[in-house]
Amino acid sequence: MSPPRPESQLRTSGSLSRRLTLRLVLSAAFLTLVLFFVVLAFVRDISQRTQDSILLASATSIMDSLRVEAGQITLDIPYAALSMLGNVSNDRVFYNVRKDGEVLTGYEDLPAPSQAPSPGAPSYATEEYRGASLRRVTLARRLSLDGGPADIEITVAQTREGQTAELARLTRWALMMGGGFFLVSALIGIWAAQSSVQPLHALTGVVSRRGPKDLRPVRHAVPSEMAPLVQSLNRFIERLRVSLARSEDFIAEAAHRVRTPLATVRAQAEITLRRVEKAENRASLREMIRAIDESSRAAGQLLDHAMVTFRTDSLERKPVDLDGLARDLVERLRPVADLKDIDLQYSCAGVSPLRGDAILIQNAVRNILDNAIKYAPSETGVLIDVRQGPLDVIISVTDEAGGFPAEEDTAVLTQRFVRGSNAAGTIGSGLGLTIAREVAEAHGGKLVIEPSSTGAGACVSLSFPLR
Amino acid sequence: MRFLLVEDNMSLAAAVSDRLQMDGHVVDHAPCAKDAEAFAETTDYDLILLDIMLPDGDGRSFLKAHRAREGKTPVIVLTARSEVSDRVGVLDLGADDYITKPFDFSELEARCRAVLRRHGGNSSNQQRFGDLVFDPLAGTLVVAGKTIPLRNKELRLLEIFLSAPERIFSKAKLVDRLFSYDEDVSENAIEVYVARLRKRLAGSGAAIVTVRGLGYRISLE
Repeated sequence: MSPPRPESQLRTSGSLSRRLTLRLVLSAAFLTLVLFFVVLAFVRDISQRTQDSILLASATSIMDSLRVEAGQITLDIPYAALSMLGNVSNDRVFYNVRKDGEVLTGYEDLPAPSQAPSPGAPSYATEEYRGASLRRVTLARRLSLDGGPADIEITVAQTREGQTAELARLTRWALMMGGGFFLVSALIGIWAAQSSVQPLHALTGVVSRRGPKDLRPVRHAVPSEMAPLVQSLNRFIERLRVSLARSEDFIAEAAHRVRTPLATVRAQAEITLRRVEKAENRASLREMIRAIDESSRAAGQLLDHAMVTFRTDSLERKPVDLDGLARDLVERLRPVADLKDIDLQYSCAGVSPLRGDAILIQNAVRNILDNAIKYAPSETGVLIDVRQGPLDVIISVTDEAGGFPAEEDTAVLTQRFVRGSNAAGTIGSGLGLTIAREVAEAHGGKLVIEPSSTGAGACVSLSFPLR
Repeated sequence: MRFLLVEDNMSLAAAVSDRLQMDGHVVDHAPCAKDAEAFAETTDYDLILLDIMLPDGDGRSFLKAHRAREGKTPVIVLTARSEVSDRVGVLDLGADDYITKPFDFSELEARCRAVLRRHGGNSSNQQRFGDLVFDPLAGTLVVAGKTIPLRNKELRLLEIFLSAPERIFSKAKLVDRLFSYDEDVSENAIEVYVARLRKRLAGSGAAIVTVRGLGYRISLE
């Protein structure tokens, strides 16, 4: 099981593109509503005005046809006065003419304005009449008659069914237009939101495609709003790079400071050992040299282990030629093996390159080889074999050191600082197999310790999957 | 053999020089890269031992310069780092081998021998004693015109005896030089190797003589 990725633990406060999309769509909806109501009011006003002006024209033409002949009112309603209303719609038309509030002609129950309009200023009203909505206009005029002045009122009215129908049609049209407007602006909003977060995605891609060891500053072109973020990111990368370099330098410097004096002590101890004769002095000098070897080996493996942990955290995967790598290591260790007359035999039947971190794999193989040479008795053989399985590449190191005692749990040997019970006389820190196991597991492979096929020793295998 | 030791730590340099001189080698010591270059230009060395961390610039720059002027002398780098990447880097720069401080002198000797063998060595290393010709570098022993194969421990034992013919070496001393310090071996283990070496030397006119209570020495029959 792989550990949870850090991204999943990141707290997020909503999505930028969703937020932007939502706002843009909401503004589009709001604007659509405003537009719809403004258009509706405008249309309603226009159609009202149209009806009003025709009604007025009709009332005016009736008023114009009013004559006073011999002190009597004569009225001959022109045909056009009423027919013009028919041009607008097929609504019913009502009219009446009153003199001092008394109906002279027309519909007697047609409502009159509550207050008599002043001459020259028509009064408009919308009223209920005979179960229909009605728009009427009333014109007033004062005439001189025999019996003195008389107030004449002419009312012309028309039902509003045609207008209502027209309004409904216009409303539907306005709704459709508003819907279309909303749809288009919402799409534009979504596109705008997507395209404004696109540089973020591009930057994320550029940064996440980087290899784990790539600590160069980000040079990708970004919109000016994102420049401060990228600058901070670059400053952060630089700080990380400096601090990594510093800690690597520190480790190197620390190792140098510790190991150089140890080397002096060891060299002096060897020189002294060549000079002294007394058995007990010689014994203590040997002890001293062993202690130095033990501490330097432990320090080396601790540093190696720290390096392994650091590198497995961000594993680099490049093609690794296990054959060449193992061959080099065997040649490198041959002089050490020769000192004990240990015969290193290398065999490889040709393998495909695997993908991994060459430095880590080299370290793992070196630790296993070191162990084998260290624990193998003089004048025995150590067999190194690199071969390809169906799914993986395997390197196995077989010694003739008698193997691990039967009662020992080999799984425990790969734990930190645990050493085989038969290793008591040999210098070691117990980290070697741990390092090898951790490297194998970081690559998805494993370390197996088993008795060799001949039973004369142990066989340690590291396997690395090809895919 | 003539060594150039490039090492800024004076006490380590003194110890390494002493130890190498004990085995009859000649050692020049350069405390910095600048001196090392001056030495390397004027003298022919068999081997250069180079500390990689020097006060006046990295040992790497010396290595680069050495390779650039096509210096033939093999270089063994002394490194305090244990990081594999660093060692590999050193080899890429043209070092022939490396050894991590603190080092075992027998390992250093073994590496020197391996490096010199790769470079073809030179015949001046041949030692003659009686009817035997011994080349410690190539690891060959020729007895009366016949090449005798030697194992590593036999070879080193013969080398020790031949470094001072007629001198008596105690069993304890021989154990020190033949076995690594983490091996627990009794002094009697030496007897096995002395017996084998005697067999190899048969007919050479040279013999390993047991000096009762003291040890062994090589002398002419």
